[in-house]
Amino acid sequence: MSTPVAHGSIRRRLLLSLLVSAAVLAVVVYFMVQSVARQVAQESQDNVLAASALSILDSARFSGGQINVDLPYSALSMLDSISDERVFYAIQLGDEFLSGYQNLPSPESTPGGGPAFLSAEFLGEEVRIASVQRRVSTDIGQSFLQVSVAQTLSGQKQALARISRTSMGIGAGFFAISVLLATIVARSTIRPLDRLTASVSRRGPKDLRPVAAPVPTEMVPLVTSLNSLMRRLQHSLMRSEDFIAEAAHRVRTPLAVVRTKAEIVQRKSDDPETRAALKEMIHAIDDSSRTAGQLLDHAMVTFRLDHLLREEVSLLRMVHDTVERLRPVSDLKDIDIDATGTEDIIIDGDPILLQNALHNLLDNAVKYAPSGAQITVSLTQREGAASISITDTGLGFPEAELDHLTERFSRGANAQNIVGSGLGLTIVKEVVEAHGGKMQIGNNTGGGACVSLLFTLS
Amino acid sequence: MRFLLIEDNVQLAGAVVDRLVLDGHVVDHAADLETANDFVATTGYDLILLDIMLPDGDGRGFLSRHRKQESQTPVIVLTARSEVADRVGLLDLGADDYMVKPIDFSELEARCRAVLRRRGGAARNLLPLGDLQFDSLSGTLKFPDEDVQLRTRELRLFEVLANAPGQVFSKASLVDRLFSYDEEVSENAIEVYVGRLRRHLQKSNVRITTIRGLGYKLETE
Repeated sequence: MSTPVAHGSIRRRLLLSLLVSAAVLAVVVYFMVQSVARQVAQESQDNVLAASALSILDSARFSGGQINVDLPYSALSMLDSISDERVFYAIQLGDEFLSGYQNLPSPESTPGGGPAFLSAEFLGEEVRIASVQRRVSTDIGQSFLQVSVAQTLSGQKQALARISRTSMGIGAGFFAISVLLATIVARSTIRPLDRLTASVSRRGPKDLRPVAAPVPTEMVPLVTSLNSLMRRLQHSLMRSEDFIAEAAHRVRTPLAVVRTKAEIVQRKSDDPETRAALKEMIHAIDDSSRTAGQLLDHAMVTFRLDHLLREEVSLLRMVHDTVERLRPVSDLKDIDIDATGTEDIIIDGDPILLQNALHNLLDNAVKYAPSGAQITVSLTQREGAASISITDTGLGFPEAELDHLTERFSRGANAQNIVGSGLGLTIVKEVVEAHGGKMQIGNNTGGGACVSLLFTLS
Repeated sequence: MRFLLIEDNVQLAGAVVDRLVLDGHVVDHAADLETANDFVATTGYDLILLDIMLPDGDGRGFLSRHRKQESQTPVIVLTARSEVADRVGLLDLGADDYMVKPIDFSELEARCRAVLRRRGGAARNLLPLGDLQFDSLSGTLKFPDEDVQLRTRELRLFEVLANAPGQVFSKASLVDRLFSYDEEVSENAIEVYVGRLRRHLQKSNVRITTIRGLGYKLETE
């Protein structure tokens, strides 16, 4: 059976997409926190700057066309209170510079007359400037008194850097938690799939019951198709097994009728010619019946080999059962079957196939051995392999044909008068090889055949 | 022995009945499970031969019911199925043995004998012959002072002769009874077994007499 090509993993894909979204969100959070912090810091600085500028503007007095501006202490101290910043100011009347730092840039005045703000570079430092103005009447007419207050940004920059570090930490923490959650989510999402996989793969090769365990809605169509596939498979398996059984029935029953009738007639007849003819007939019927049986056996074996069961099989018990089963038949020919070996050996395999193989071998031995022969079945363990050896005191295999005997429909040259299909050894060989073992065929030094089945022990 | 044959194929059943009657058995034939149940309820059988595929049900159902009723009558299943799985299942259900069709009658006889022996001889009957008794089930000749165990072919030969003392059996008919059809044997093979039996019978008054040109018969002096 071929394994389907794996193309990506749902768990990995789910995890990856969760992590990518988490990373994007973490970056967004970082920038949002930073921009909010920057905005808040700037707004508060702007408020203080504007208040400071306004208080300076409020302190301007006009007397006799002169303008007196007292820098109120509070105006600058409120700026000091923020941090250790440098503070600049400028006072202008129209275009005329009155006091402070002459080159301090001033923001465009706002149309509504509210405070205006500007970020600019002054004396090599970044500053934030707030500017307010008031309309005044002077000697030369209407003019604007403008007060600008500026403050350096280094303190604010430091604060922002701190906030930036914090928000980076928040982003990283957010991401770390997301990784954890994503892993959990991915696992719990995959779990029903894993459970289904486990419940299907735990089954034996013959277990084709539908999956009954509850599954998530999304998996219902999959499980439904799986169940329907298994139902169809089971149906077709049953059909082929039934077919094999039915075919056996159909082929063998009429043969049984003919055989029995022939036997009765032969028993009642005294005419040697009739008797000889009937005997040949019975022989031929036995032959076809046995061939039919072995063909079906072979079909059954081939069929089961495709779905090889792996169960623990006790070889000692199997040998014993098979020998006992054949004893009445061997007794008929006064053949004695002896089973030796007391130590049980367990191998993994299909008990039905293994027993079928052993039965075939023993049946062969009983069939081909002459009356009064001795058959010995021995179960031993040697060199890491379980060995079942069947030796008899019969004719043995023709040496020249040893290599070809396991081929289909091949029969020994000395077996022409004995009923047989030539499939028996083929079946045995296929079964043994499917179980990772091998079959050895040979003759004893003292005459008689010897067949060994060797199963490697893990 | 009294057999119950449960088999739906009438031709096959007829042949089996004829063949068993020829061997001196009494056979009732049931073509379906209903008839079989009636027979079992009213008659005591030594052995039941049961087919698996029957028109009104599965023979396995009959088998397990039969065993649940703790009936001691042994059951040999006749199946056309050759699958071993089937056979193993049958033994688990309580069948004493099984045979795959077509039945070889000498094998059937051997299996019946083995089953009855295992069951402890439900139909143990000793046949008195002259000064000895013959236990056909265990295959022993019981002399007043000792028992002699016969081997299978000696037993079968003795059985044939002892069931009809005085009747002459030809060598050919004895070969039919003793050897299966896939064995190439000459009629002279019978002489070997007659010789063995004669040795066993030396100290009794039972004799196997040769009727020249006709065959053998068993008689007591």
